[in-house]
Amino acid sequence: MTTTDSSETAVAPRGKRRLGDLVFANSARGAGLLILAILAGVALFLIVQSLSSLTANEGNFFTSSEWSPEAGPGEEVRFGVAALAFGTVLGAAIALVLATPVAVGIALFIVYYAPRRLAALLGYLVDLLAAIPSVVYGLWGLVYLVDQLQPLYRFMAEYLGWIPLFAGPVSSTGRTMLSAGIVLAVMILPIITAMARDVFTQVPQTHREAALALGATRWEMIRTAVLPFGRPGVIGGAMLGMGRALGETMAVAMILSPSLVISPNVLQSGNQTIAAHIALQYPEATGTGVSALIAAGLVLFGITLAVNMAARFVVSRRKEFTE
Amino acid sequence: MTTATQPTATGSSGEGPDIQSSGLYSRQLPTYFPAALLVVCAAVASGAFFLLGAFHPVPVAAVTAIGYLVAVTTSSAVVENNRRAKDRLVTGVVYCCFAIAVVPLISLLSTVVVFGIERFDLYFLSVSMNGVIPSMDAGGVYHAIVGTLVITGLATVISVPIGLMTAVYVVEYGRGRLKQAITFFVDVMTGIPSIVAGLFVVALWIMVFGPGQTNGLAGAIALSVLMIPVVVRSSEEMLRLVPNELREAAYALGVPKWLTIVKVVLPTAVAGLTTGIILALARVIGETAPLILTAGMASTRINANPVEGDMMSLPVYIYKAVRDMGLSGEAGVYAEERAWAAALTLILVVMLLFLTARLVSRFLSPGKG
Amino acid sequence: MAKRIDVSDLNVYYGDFKAVEDVTMTVEPRSVTAFIGSSGCGKSTFLRTLNRMHEVTPGARVQGKVMLDNLDVYDHSVDPVSVRREIGMVFQRANPFPTMSIYDNVIAGAKLNNQRMSKSRSDEIVERSLRDANLWEEVKDRLNKPGAGLSGGQQQRLCIARATAVEPAVLLMDEPCSALDPISTLAIEDLIAKLKENYTIVIVTHNMQQAARVSDRTAFFNLAGTGQPGRLIEMGDTNKIFTKPDKKETENYITGRFG
Repeated sequence: MTTTDSSETAVAPRGKRRLGDLVFANSARGAGLLILAILAGVALFLIVQSLSSLTANEGNFFTSSEWSPEAGPGEEVRFGVAALAFGTVLGAAIALVLATPVAVGIALFIVYYAPRRLAALLGYLVDLLAAIPSVVYGLWGLVYLVDQLQPLYRFMAEYLGWIPLFAGPVSSTGRTMLSAGIVLAVMILPIITAMARDVFTQVPQTHREAALALGATRWEMIRTAVLPFGRPGVIGGAMLGMGRALGETMAVAMILSPSLVISPNVLQSGNQTIAAHIALQYPEATGTGVSALIAAGLVLFGITLAVNMAARFVVSRRKEFTE
Repeated sequence: MTTATQPTATGSSGEGPDIQSSGLYSRQLPTYFPAALLVVCAAVASGAFFLLGAFHPVPVAAVTAIGYLVAVTTSSAVVENNRRAKDRLVTGVVYCCFAIAVVPLISLLSTVVVFGIERFDLYFLSVSMNGVIPSMDAGGVYHAIVGTLVITGLATVISVPIGLMTAVYVVEYGRGRLKQAITFFVDVMTGIPSIVAGLFVVALWIMVFGPGQTNGLAGAIALSVLMIPVVVRSSEEMLRLVPNELREAAYALGVPKWLTIVKVVLPTAVAGLTTGIILALARVIGETAPLILTAGMASTRINANPVEGDMMSLPVYIYKAVRDMGLSGEAGVYAEERAWAAALTLILVVMLLFLTARLVSRFLSPGKG
Repeated sequence: MAKRIDVSDLNVYYGDFKAVEDVTMTVEPRSVTAFIGSSGCGKSTFLRTLNRMHEVTPGARVQGKVMLDNLDVYDHSVDPVSVRREIGMVFQRANPFPTMSIYDNVIAGAKLNNQRMSKSRSDEIVERSLRDANLWEEVKDRLNKPGAGLSGGQQQRLCIARATAVEPAVLLMDEPCSALDPISTLAIEDLIAKLKENYTIVIVTHNMQQAARVSDRTAFFNLAGTGQPGRLIEMGDTNKIFTKPDKKETENYITGRFG
């Protein structure tokens, strides 16, 4: 630090102060860099650990649906994520279709319909849904909800069975993809609602008053001023919710009675998601089995990463648009 | 219907007052009409189901709601006009949406309380599952509570410094590309599925300690991956709320930047920071999947040492009990009772954290008496 | 189609707070009435009670009578939605719907009344309203561009076109020029002079020259004191109010000596 004798005394107190700043600023920066390192580590370690099974795999990882990654003597290692990826997307899609309209309705209710004094409290109730651990959702879904849904499923199979999605025969246990999707929908409801509430409260009062002054009813005001303004936020929220539904493990693992098939029949048992498959298989897996599960996890990581980045992009574009 | 012809009618000046007055004075349903109609619908629906001998709250509520929506829309369309009818329909639908959200919440909480209370007592909270064989009417969650405390405590110790310092960097120091990158990737990290966080630690542990190693520390690290971005997000928001005047006042007194942050900024934001950390903790305390992978499922005894062997936790305890529900006879019944009682315990813990967070933000924040 | 407004003994409250006290006045059809007064004297609040827009603010309520050509606007069988269709409003800041084109902005209100309007009919309304608002020549080649892309003055004229497209009887303007430059202001003032041939116009303004330029009659509002409700002090022909007001308070305000 010191270059000449003469300046030494003048620099000393300043240098001391600089030291504190330097240490603090650098540890703050270090923490930030550590986060980047962790994220890179997640991707890197998953890739490294999945290699041993992927190289041993005799099946096609992306198009095959079978799962026997641990070869006994004279057997081939064969596994693929096709059915798992299909199940993951199917479950998330069911959740999204069910949750998004309801979430928009709830957000409208809280922002524009509920009595003002109750609005905050009612919003808090919806947030409580997000606080309940997924394993408790799973327990409730498995023991209580699936039985309650059975009559509805039989009704749907009878009258809507001509739609391939709802073809019978109905699973006798109710532990189907639709049940899992319904529970996932409840779980992502608060995420989408929070996002939609955010944008709906940000609709400028001048726009709402403009609509009302033209003689709009409350619904017409919402349709002309609120919904067009809030659309990007709702889409972003729905995608964040979808990211959550894609990666949700326990509720699916506990409710769904799994099988590795690609089937659109949501009233029959079958299908499986990546996350639930990992949770169920891991305790018994060894060697290439673990490695294969890590490879499946890598696929899940990639899908959720893409969905989340797209969601953030949509949301941030809305911000620019508003400001 | 009269309103639909309004624009053309006003176009010609001759037919003034009468048409206009019909536009202004529209027939309206009385204000008590929706409430009265709802009561009627509910009475008819429950009566019908009761006569059929199939009374059950859910279908009754569904039929009531549909009946109400149809009735309110048609009567409004007949008495008032189509626009009002549509408005009333949407109002009804929006109320229904909220009801739809509340139904699972109430159903879930009430089932957990009703079933959980069976086995939820001091004995259940104070003993472990050590030496309990499935058919024994015994055992409790003590070891799982200890494990949850150790694992989430460690996760907090890891996450808070990293998360808080990152937030300090982003708000106080950061600029340019690095700041953007960190903000962006923290968002990305928020979306990591919990099972992937678990797999990350599994992969790390295999590389460092070899395969098959599970312990509490691994669980804590997995939870940290999930907790850090939440802490960063909430801390960032809180630090931004600290007014710039406070920082400038400190600089003007010749206080160096780092001391300004430590002595002025952080203490000002302490209530919000604490609230955020508690809420982040509440979020990860119920995580199950990463702990199955990292802390194991085998432990039945009290283990408070995070680097030695499997460690049970409340959520994994619930999952394990659910798996044992398939056992025949008494064993399955006891397992289910344990699952509900542990679920009640876990929900109470989460609610307690939420309550604490609210109290902290109410009583610790400056300027709010 | 222009109509007279008769207000009698009107009080406006926000919760327990009385914002405007005891206003009685008549607004003549086919004329411009200006409301002047210092900030916070309740003139905008009062304006919003004329088409029941104040009901949008939670806790706001009204006592008294507002008659629109012998029909009570506050009668319990009257729908506020139809009142606002009869009494249009233009706001302080131009507020075209940001997600809609110029065309859709103009037709937005008219479409609410008549969902299945033919294309030719809606084209006709858009052209007539934009011509009425002196905006047609400037935007006729870009009707499908977003309304938010126009200049401030053009946006305000777009909002006027949107209000007149519904064919109201009365047009309320809440400081329509306060955010505009002098040239845009002049354009709006010309427009007001033209619109009064067909509409009853009420304009709130902070600018006394503007009130003197555009209005036929002027109403002066003032506060009785801090925390007191606003009251109507004096109303009369604009010429008289600006040259020989009856009340000392009015004279002080007009001449720049605030009471």
